[in-house]
Amino acid sequence: MGKRLPEQLTRLAIVVGILAGGALVVRFLILPPTLLDVRFQQAATTGRWAAREIKYAGATACGQCHDEPVSTWKKGYHKTLSCETCHGATARHTGDPSVKPALPKERQFCLLCHAYDPSRPKGFPQVNPVLHNPLKGCTTCHKPHDPVPPEVPRECSACHAQITNIKSVSPHALIGCTTCHTVPPKHKVTPRTIKPTKPETREFCGQCHGRDAPRKDTPKVDLATHGERFTCWQCHYPHMPERP
Amino acid sequence: MERRTLLKGAILFIPAGGVLRSVARAAPAEPADKPGDTSNDKPGDKYDPASHYYGMGIEIEKCIGCGLCIQACKEENDVPREPFFCRTWVERYTIKKDDTVVVESIEQNRNPRKGEARSTHTVNEAEIQRTFFVPKLCNQCENPPCVQVCPVAATYTTPDGVILVDTERCIGCRYCIQACPYGARYLHPRTRVADKCTFCYHRIVQGLLPACVEICPTQARVFGDLRSKASQLVRFRRMKQIAVLKPHLNTQPKVYYAGLDGEVR
Repeated sequence: MGKRLPEQLTRLAIVVGILAGGALVVRFLILPPTLLDVRFQQAATTGRWAAREIKYAGATACGQCHDEPVSTWKKGYHKTLSCETCHGATARHTGDPSVKPALPKERQFCLLCHAYDPSRPKGFPQVNPVLHNPLKGCTTCHKPHDPVPPEVPRECSACHAQITNIKSVSPHALIGCTTCHTVPPKHKVTPRTIKPTKPETREFCGQCHGRDAPRKDTPKVDLATHGERFTCWQCHYPHMPERP
Repeated sequence: MERRTLLKGAILFIPAGGVLRSVARAAPAEPADKPGDTSNDKPGDKYDPASHYYGMGIEIEKCIGCGLCIQACKEENDVPREPFFCRTWVERYTIKKDDTVVVESIEQNRNPRKGEARSTHTVNEAEIQRTFFVPKLCNQCENPPCVQVCPVAATYTTPDGVILVDTERCIGCRYCIQACPYGARYLHPRTRVADKCTFCYHRIVQGLLPACVEICPTQARVFGDLRSKASQLVRFRRMKQIAVLKPHLNTQPKVYYAGLDGEVR
């Protein structure tokens, strides 16, 4: 044994030891394991999140009172919409019918979905808000619950605006849609069920672009050697072919 | 300190431990939602989280970028109206002819019911190669980075596969906001704690759809239970070409995209 530890250090060590020992006793002997289980905390939090107020009543709630609009809506083109897509959150209305849900009649509201936008999927009905009956409310011609166009579109561009815009600046601008697509008349009534035809073979394009084609002004290829295993539209986009 | 004061303190302190212990004993022996326990799950019983496992499917080709999902989410979940506070948002991807990619968030600072719609497209239409919308939200990862980094264990995965934030435990340190590779979290400006998509937890426990799925006009969003044999989502995953965002991070997202372009991050 060397020099004894100073008296103050011994006392300090005793105090620290007692405190540490006390903490260990509380942690392992006094506190039951369930109080340390984080799942209690989580169960309480999950309960709090689950108890939040519902604002949107859900698609099944409306039909319990509103028979007529719901039965119309179910058959129309807007059947993929929920009532609350346009009418807003209605949970308060289901509890107290005197609270009226929203009734958007403005042109701008319909245009949220139906204004022309190049990023929208092809075939989605879109209009150019500047050209399509400006200043008129949409509901004067279209019924929102059953939105059939008041007259069958005469031209492809009414629905296929994106393709029309692309084609109008391409080398194929002067070729009509029906040169390549055969359109059954019923396509204009049920566009998604009855579809126009598309060219199926390389020889179709070869009528203008084959080596022996009669036209003078078209770029020509030899169909026998030019990309023979593939169809033309695997590399060239027919609505906007690259310029030679 | 005088010896007398110390002893007096000790006399008060030691019985306090006994009181604490009796309080703790009064607490139930096991948490109510013990994970994996399905023995109590009978039809007609109250909601059992362990028998569900939720996910979402998003079909890119159906999204029209109307932004109604963002508005419905804000309404349902008391998310601040200002832009940049979002639990779900929609990005517009534009791939230009020179192969550069422009990503923009669609306009959110508007009230659609007052008709404040306007296009936010900044790219000239003649330059566009292709363009589409990508709705985004918390991916509710099976292997969530945000849960790992939380220093106070305020965020966790529920047995039904939703990641929630304990708003009373969260200290607002923003670690999770930094850690999320999808940018799905934000600091709520009023409560000053982290906030994120909960799959509208209060709705799904009652059998309703999340608000964004409920109001999506083209049904671009599909919600369902992955444990069910015949949910809409299970069919969606089975029949479509599915991709997830940033698969190389091994977060194992439960938001599945159909028709996702390779450019989307």
